Amino acid sequence: MSRDVETPADPGIRIRTEVRASEAPRAAASTAITLQGVNFSYGPNQVLHDVSLDVDEKRVTAFIGPSGCGKSTLLRCLNRMNDLIESARLAGSVRVKGQDIYAPGTDVIAVRRRIGMVFQKSNPFPKSIFDNVVYGLRISGVHDRPTLEAAVEKSLTLAALWDEVKDRLHQSALSLSGGQQQRLCIARAIAVEPEILLMDEPCSALDPIATLKIEELIYSLKERYTIVIVTHNLQQAARVSDKTAFFWLGRLVEYGPTVDLFTNPKEKLTEDYITGRFG
Amino acid sequence: MSKHDDKLFRLVTAIVAASVLLVVVGIAATLIQGSWLSLRQFGFSFWRTRTWDPVAGQFGALPFIWGTLYSSLLALLLSTPVALGIAVFLAELSPRLLRQPLIFLTELLAAIPSIVYGLWGIFVLVPVVRSLEAATPEWLRRVPLFSGPPLGVGMLAAALILAVMITPFSAAVAREILRAVPTSQREAAYALGATRWEAIRLALYYGRTGIIGAVMLGLGRALGETIAVTMVIGNNPQVSASLFAPQYTMAAVIANEFTEAADDLYLHALVEIGLVLFLITIVVNALSRLLLWRVADKPVAVAPSAAAPVAAAA
Amino acid sequence: MKTTAYDLRRRATSRAVEIFCAASVVLALVPLGLILFFVVRQGLPALRPAFFTQMPKPVGEPGGGMANAMVGTLILLGLAAALAVPVGIVSGVFLSEYKGSRIGSAVRFAADVLNGVPSIVIGIFAYTVAVLPFQRFTALAGGLALGVMMLPLIVRTTEELLRLVPESFREGALALGATRSRAVWTVILPAALPGILTGVLVALARVAGETAPLLFTSLNNRFWSTRLDQPIASLTVQVYTYANSPYDDWHRQAWAGATVLIASVLTFSLLARFVTRRLERMHRGTV
Repeated sequence: MSRDVETPADPGIRIRTEVRASEAPRAAASTAITLQGVNFSYGPNQVLHDVSLDVDEKRVTAFIGPSGCGKSTLLRCLNRMNDLIESARLAGSVRVKGQDIYAPGTDVIAVRRRIGMVFQKSNPFPKSIFDNVVYGLRISGVHDRPTLEAAVEKSLTLAALWDEVKDRLHQSALSLSGGQQQRLCIARAIAVEPEILLMDEPCSALDPIATLKIEELIYSLKERYTIVIVTHNLQQAARVSDKTAFFWLGRLVEYGPTVDLFTNPKEKLTEDYITGRFG
Repeated sequence: MSKHDDKLFRLVTAIVAASVLLVVVGIAATLIQGSWLSLRQFGFSFWRTRTWDPVAGQFGALPFIWGTLYSSLLALLLSTPVALGIAVFLAELSPRLLRQPLIFLTELLAAIPSIVYGLWGIFVLVPVVRSLEAATPEWLRRVPLFSGPPLGVGMLAAALILAVMITPFSAAVAREILRAVPTSQREAAYALGATRWEAIRLALYYGRTGIIGAVMLGLGRALGETIAVTMVIGNNPQVSASLFAPQYTMAAVIANEFTEAADDLYLHALVEIGLVLFLITIVVNALSRLLLWRVADKPVAVAPSAAAPVAAAA
Repeated sequence: MKTTAYDLRRRATSRAVEIFCAASVVLALVPLGLILFFVVRQGLPALRPAFFTQMPKPVGEPGGGMANAMVGTLILLGLAAALAVPVGIVSGVFLSEYKGSRIGSAVRFAADVLNGVPSIVIGIFAYTVAVLPFQRFTALAGGLALGVMMLPLIVRTTEELLRLVPESFREGALALGATRSRAVWTVILPAALPGILTGVLVALARVAGETAPLLFTSLNNRFWSTRLDQPIASLTVQVYTYANSPYDDWHRQAWAGATVLIASVLTFSLLARFVTRRLERMHRGTV
């Protein structure tokens, strides 16, 4: 429910938005993911219509739009999570570093290992913090203790959780607070060293302080990873992302640098949405 | 005035509901009262005496306790992997179109009356078991597990029948438990590159308490099963490890000898066996309930039968 | 990252487990098929009209039927329902109306315990309460045993179904000034009634197949009897007796009896399933 009662964006957002993404000038980005003419349907319902866009490498890309606009579905197309739904069908191509991940014979397991995902609600396994972080490594055959320990420290440090949990790695992950659990899930996702990190409204269940921490984290992680984040929260998109894509009824309406999209939208629809005229 | 009405309503319904409680207490009381002579005469030795000789007035329950536990545990050993396999298939793997019909069919197995299982056991299963036993090579027969003449009736036939009978119960509850595991758990596993089995294993792990409860529920069924077992186990009070040996269970001896018990001590000894059976099944069932309650706030389906989803589905 | 040999092994393991699970389902359906097959093959030829209309014949005379046993089973089921349905439904009402009460939890637990008590033990209970004092096996004692077995099923089904009745129904009734009991009897219970009746059918189907609790309560009766204070025949005990006999003709009769039992259970189950489906659709329609 709570995701439907989103507060309309402050009309003044265009002026007040602090766009950190462009603070440090960086080299021009190469392309990590290329979507071309993606159509997607569940049974008879077409959810995505002809979506084409490029996601820049080592940048944060935000997908925004009202509930049901298909942004989460699109995100799940990027690591083939939609395969789990029997009636799901995709047409068009999704290329990750040039490789079509929907090509016949593609190893879905390898695809998902390359592309990590963090979910709306934190979903730690009912195991210890340590076992959570190393789950992905263990199933792919890494059992060497020092390697696992090194990976735990590295991932938790990157996820800004190490200092909080280093003394209780063998306690249950469920003993952590909501925000800590979500950071643990991020650590778990990056422990397998993916190239891309997908985040599906990672802060929607968190309080503002925990949200702030995750946002800081996203900002620091883009040094290493290509990040795609779906969010409901326009300020969040403005704060963390380099580029933003706005979706409306399953179609990509506008895609461009976040600064431009929020300060100078080209489409009327985008403007209406970011100024809170609907949502 | 309406307040008064409501109080009365609560009182009356509470009294009726309390009768359920009363029945359970009543069962315990009748069992204790009805086995009094035997309890006093044999005390704890009743549990560990092997002799069952109604003529001499010697009564020991050990062969029956052994037979019940042995047959039930064997059945559990046989049924658990299959029951979990069914639960996993129906909760995780089955194509949507097949799921409901398959659920119906597997639960139909629970609806077949135990007398029909028994009848089928005597005339179809036992001859098959007998020829299997007869075909057992000599060297294998020297192992205590397979010693004895090939009678057909005996521990093996009983365990097989029991395994078939309890499988749908464990399978149905385990399936419900699996379905209660949040999808997000499986998604987390898949997103980390897990195979289907790895994701399922995680779901099984998540629901492990309830899964154990489901298995124990099956155990409770096996312990109390009477007629089908009586018809195929051979009804011979002995403590033997052999699968081929005819043995006896607590429920079977009560079914066979209750109306024949000529003197009071004999009858009381039989009732005491009933008391032992009651206590064992209560412990097993209570444990399984507690495990299941810990998982789901609401109790999981009390008993699957072909139509049990009445409550679950409506 | 490429597919490694280890990944191939993982995938093979996963495949193997999936096959095992599918095989489990097949494995469970094999005995079902075998049982149905044999019951029909052995039982159907023996199932002549005489089976339904005639009395058992003494040993040696072929033919005869189980008319008395079928009537006996119906009488026993009637007695069981007369006992268990009112008590069960009222208890279910109590459990759903006063969810948090301490008696409620105790009753709920007792119902679950009772559901797990072996049927043979319930037979001993009914024997002690209803046979011993009168020194006579009776239909009433058998009905009591079956009734006790039905009780927990009806209690829990009623409770579950009442909980599904939308809160707005109750509020509507209470807003009109109804007392709690009136709201229950006139609005809430009727809303759940079709489901509860299905639950009763299911419970009846389950106890109809019980043999153990009848062995020393209603016993058996070779003659026609509908008297409640006399031993009475039942389909299950009759099948049990015949199955344990050495006579081929009686074995045939036993298979015929089993066919009738299975056919009734199947009918009940399909009926209940059909009704459940209908109810489900109705619920989806209203809620």
